[in-house]
Amino acid sequence: MMNGLTPELALALTLLLPGIGAVLIGAADRFSVLRDAISLLAATALSTMVLALLLNHLAGGSAQIQLTPLVQGLPIFLLTEPIGLVFATLASVLWVVITVYSIGYMRKNDEPRQTRFYICFAIAMACTMGVAFAGNLITLFLFYELLTLSTYPLVVHYETDAARHAGRVYLGVLLSTSILFLLPAIIWTWSLTGTLDFVKGGMLTGKIEGPQAALLFALYLFGTGKAALMPFHRWLPAAMAAPTPVSAFLHAVAVVKAGVFTLLKVGVYIFGTSFLSAMNVGEWMMWVSAFSLIAATIVALRKDDLKLRLAYSTIAQLAYVTLGVSLASVMGMVGGIVQLVAHAFGKITLFMCAGAIYLASGKTKISDMRGLGRVMPFTFGAFLLASLSIIGVPPTGGAWSKWFLMIGAAESGHLVMIGVWILASLLSIAYLIPLAARGFFLPLTGQEDRPQPQGQEVSLIGKPGLQEAPLWCVAPACLTAALSVLIYFAGPAIAGFVLPALRP
Amino acid sequence: MIRQHLAILQVMLPMLCAPLCVFARRPVIAWLIATAATLFALAGSFILFAQALNAGVISYHLGGWAPPWGIEFRLDAANSFVLIIVSLVGAVCMIYGRDSIPREIKSSDQPLFYTMMMLCFSGMLGVTSTGDAFNLFVFLEIFSLSSYVLVAMGAGSDRRALTAAFTYLLLGTIGATFFVIGLGFIYVLTGTLNMADIAVRIAGMSGSGTLHVGFAFIIVGIGLKLAIFPLHLWLPNAYTHAPSVVTALLAGTSTKVALYALLRMLYTVFSPDLPFEALILHYLFLPLGLTAVFVASIIALFQSDVKRLLAWSSIAQSGYFLLGVSFANIGGLTATLVHMFNHAIMKSSLFLAVGCVVYRTGSCSVASFRGLGQKMPWTMSAFVIGGLSMIGVPATVGFVSKWYLVLAALERGWWPVAFAIVAGSLLALFYFGRVIEAAYLQPSPENSAVTEAPVSMLAPLWALTISCLALGINSELTVSTARAAAEALLAPHAGLPAHMGP
Repeated sequence: MMNGLTPELALALTLLLPGIGAVLIGAADRFSVLRDAISLLAATALSTMVLALLLNHLAGGSAQIQLTPLVQGLPIFLLTEPIGLVFATLASVLWVVITVYSIGYMRKNDEPRQTRFYICFAIAMACTMGVAFAGNLITLFLFYELLTLSTYPLVVHYETDAARHAGRVYLGVLLSTSILFLLPAIIWTWSLTGTLDFVKGGMLTGKIEGPQAALLFALYLFGTGKAALMPFHRWLPAAMAAPTPVSAFLHAVAVVKAGVFTLLKVGVYIFGTSFLSAMNVGEWMMWVSAFSLIAATIVALRKDDLKLRLAYSTIAQLAYVTLGVSLASVMGMVGGIVQLVAHAFGKITLFMCAGAIYLASGKTKISDMRGLGRVMPFTFGAFLLASLSIIGVPPTGGAWSKWFLMIGAAESGHLVMIGVWILASLLSIAYLIPLAARGFFLPLTGQEDRPQPQGQEVSLIGKPGLQEAPLWCVAPACLTAALSVLIYFAGPAIAGFVLPALRP
Repeated sequence: MIRQHLAILQVMLPMLCAPLCVFARRPVIAWLIATAATLFALAGSFILFAQALNAGVISYHLGGWAPPWGIEFRLDAANSFVLIIVSLVGAVCMIYGRDSIPREIKSSDQPLFYTMMMLCFSGMLGVTSTGDAFNLFVFLEIFSLSSYVLVAMGAGSDRRALTAAFTYLLLGTIGATFFVIGLGFIYVLTGTLNMADIAVRIAGMSGSGTLHVGFAFIIVGIGLKLAIFPLHLWLPNAYTHAPSVVTALLAGTSTKVALYALLRMLYTVFSPDLPFEALILHYLFLPLGLTAVFVASIIALFQSDVKRLLAWSSIAQSGYFLLGVSFANIGGLTATLVHMFNHAIMKSSLFLAVGCVVYRTGSCSVASFRGLGQKMPWTMSAFVIGGLSMIGVPATVGFVSKWYLVLAALERGWWPVAFAIVAGSLLALFYFGRVIEAAYLQPSPENSAVTEAPVSMLAPLWALTISCLALGINSELTVSTARAAAEALLAPHAGLPAHMGP
């Protein structure tokens, strides 16, 4: 690569940089400006490293690091491969954005324990990188668990009774599922195959079949609690007790995406699409995912708390990926990967907007938010764009993920699943669009629009009444909203980037 | 010269130091003597282990009398591995004791306390080293009797220690009696007390009723010492009311030594190939192990005293040992031995952390942990790491234990057992969660002036905590050692002299 920076060094730095950042943030406890600057610097440095790795991969290179064995024969192993690079790029770029937002949010809100907040954030980021670049299942499991633990202090940030309760649910569900289901699944795979390395095309062919294979698959799907498949989704709404930047980043990008990313890796590199479809392994889990998808959407419709509604929307959107993996077709997997990216940009925008609305107006209930679009046009504009991406309207990124997923369904012959997606998309219009529409078209609560004589036009957005959140919070939201439109044009490129890893 | 007699010096030096401690009169000097003895034993155990791995078996004849007539100390990979566990935990606890013991025991009793510590320590090393079944009983009694006294010494701060010690004494004595009765039956049958010799002689006697009765008495006797469910009744009170150092020492070593004795009996003296033993392993140990894991963990959930909580957790862990034993294959045995080592490290570190809290707050109720996350950051972070290890989070030793236990269960094809193992470890999440939540998320009581524990206590605590992490990240050493130990246990006839061979 370039002057002295070998790919191996860059790979090691992706884990070390956030770690060093965490230490420095701790050291700069008393100097809040310096501390925030270090956070931002670490984030920028990390995304530079990941981009360097991405370029290196595009140029045909690869990187791997092998460390000590966690248990005999199973080393901690890091490796660059397309799906991991997509996830790492996504997470590291969004970390920069969310750091800017956090600085604005935490300062404006005058939050307590900010140093701990930034330290845990950085550690969580290192763990996310570990998940993304894991070269075998045990490494992935290691960082997966550490990610749960490092985000726990963020969930209980406010240290109130409600936060403690949320923390219990969070740790309880995530650790229970991973210990009860994921760990046995991993050990089972190890005892069957004698390897846990991610191998192109999977490695279970001929090792397991019939109902046992379906059981193993179910163990992986339920065991990855971070993918929030019902009935193990309770932690996600509970985690909304955290400050909004945490909800935005960890519970819309890093943590939940680590979950579905794990599923994609297992589907592609452990089972392999051809094995999955030949054995019809995902039949049952397909229906579970479809149920989760529709049920979460319906629950989202009924939530009046904006963050909670977004949380349930996330559960539904994650089920898109689970469903895509269960379909056992190449295009289903591609759809899952594109969904991973598109949803991340969309959902992080929505959460940042929710936080901005709270900062500017103190409102958390959707029913109180009418008319706010007129005084916060940028926030609501970003919200609208991101909503469109979540729904899947072109030209936004979400359109591609739905497109590929539906092709995947058609490829594998499960046409009914196309219906499920259409239904879910329609329902998501119903829970997302009214918020933006009522924000723009209705007057503020307690005010009424004066009747206008016909033929005269009045701008709904009054300039003097602009009451936006701080620039540090609004600008990142607008940026990611714009990016989620941009992804529409990058969709095929992402698909083309990961396809070689999927096609045998 | 020393190297040649190291096997016996290892045991005798602490024993000789015991009376020296009485004569020392000044607590500091007694402490110095005791610590020096444990450090010597620690170094010795590493040398012995290296020798045992090289030579296969070290056979030391006491007084030059050849076995099976004389007493033989017989060290292979298995018991030299246990020697390391015992002397490691012993050394760490002694160093930790310098500041902790004066706080809990009045100074006139301290030399006696160190005397008892030395006797207990040398008893455990003796049980581990000896190749003679009756000699094992003798050392078992030395270590048991001294540990009753050690538990009773907790009476300085809490008089309930006396009843705890009395219960422990009663049940411990019953256990020892059962063991020696069983040994009597075996002796009647075989005419020998050398364990390797017994193993050779009973090979063709699997139908003998005498053998069955002897076996039953021995297993129940050791079971009482090991506190296998439902023979655990002495343990919670003894651990709760004993001085902190004693609890840490007993939790890390005494059950491990008893487990070693059990393994020696089950796998070397008797053999899982004997039909009645196979039945016992499958129909008694497996269900008892599972019950222990769940019942004890659930009871631990409801404890308001952290020491008692950890004690119940220890009983639950002895359930895992039973499970590993009941698999009756090399994988299960390896897992048991790995877990034996790992559990010694993590449980001792947890008890040492609680000891630090007792040192500063004078109490170990969950309520007294409130707010300690800020006030005693080093102690509590060690406690958290120990707790995570008990839960089995990867990169800690607990994960390695769990991995091998589940793997062994899968090797046998015992699905529900594999699932039960992980489910049981999950219960640890809930009982440790309560303590950790209190420490970090609840405000400390008004006007409490608690500060961090002294370095002399934190250093040994963190030595264990760091090894808990280091051996969790790289388990190569423990696992390969445990595998060698398991192989040694399963090869009773290796290295026997010609006149004793099968």
